Amino acid sequence: MTVVVADAAAVYTLRLADDSLVLSHRLAQWSSLAPTLEDDIALTNIALDLLGQARGMYARTAELDGTGRSEDDYAFLRDEREFVNCLLVEQENGDFAMTIVRQLLCSTFQLAQWQALTQSTDEQVAAIAAKAVKESTYHRDHATDWTMRLGDGTDESHQRMEMALATLFPYVTELFEVDDVTRDVVARGVAPDPAILGLEWEAYIDKVLGAATLQRPEGTWTPTGGRRGLHTEPFGYMVAEMQHLHRSHPGVIW
Amino acid sequence: MSTDTQEPLWEVFIRSKRGLSHNHVGSLHAADAEMALRNARDVYTRRLEGVSIWVVPSSVITASSPDEKDSFFDPAADKAYRHPTFYSIPKEVQQL
Repeated sequence: MTVVVADAAAVYTLRLADDSLVLSHRLAQWSSLAPTLEDDIALTNIALDLLGQARGMYARTAELDGTGRSEDDYAFLRDEREFVNCLLVEQENGDFAMTIVRQLLCSTFQLAQWQALTQSTDEQVAAIAAKAVKESTYHRDHATDWTMRLGDGTDESHQRMEMALATLFPYVTELFEVDDVTRDVVARGVAPDPAILGLEWEAYIDKVLGAATLQRPEGTWTPTGGRRGLHTEPFGYMVAEMQHLHRSHPGVIW
Repeated sequence: MSTDTQEPLWEVFIRSKRGLSHNHVGSLHAADAEMALRNARDVYTRRLEGVSIWVVPSSVITASSPDEKDSFFDPAADKAYRHPTFYSIPKEVQQL
């Protein structure tokens, strides 16, 4: 499938869509496996919210890139290298602490982003963002609550949270990366300045980690490449699993 | 999992959009009240069932015993006059 790039806004909305879809799929992988029935439902509820956000953004992308592709085309008929989600959302679920830390880091980023996007000059993006703000507010609350409990919980839960932070923190830098696409959409008022989002993100994360008796890991390596389709190893397996049904039975519905 | 490792049980009451009172909808496990409320939101309001949630520790509920069923409830069985069916209700009276 050829990738038509009409303008930077289309690439930007595709990034938003892919972030939400991939995180949604990761959370859906907890289905029937979460520590308690209650959190099994909570995580899959969040996954469904994210899927809705992705659908809206794929629909908008199809208009902006002029291809008129369907949501299924984007989700199921692109190969790994055509996905432009950030690396953080694709990281494996690991243990519950790993998933919670990923949720905290991601939902704090997404909430700040959706809040800013309600002011987007692209009215459709602004409308999707207005709905997503309510959802992501809950996602961040959920992750914050668990971060406090596990960080300030038992020795083991604290240790697992520290390990999760050390594993996932390096992927944060990419969230606020600036490239030609972000420069263009920021200049046109479609998207917020990543640097401002970064400050907001840091302020909230530091507050929560402090309250949870956790420390931000010291500077480490800063992997990047997701926005250019260069992903980490586990992502290929995830894409294969996610697309298998649709590719085996093209156009299947139920 | 054996029952003693589970978190405490909570009873969940939901008031629906048009409802006037909270109704019991079920129960769930949670470590404390805040988590119980959050879990109740996730488990019991996924389909827009409610606008308000109460959670109550199951342990504080005192329940009638099935053994007392006869003495508790049967005496009311033959007292039809306790039902206000002999009055005509004015149309203006709502929610009676």
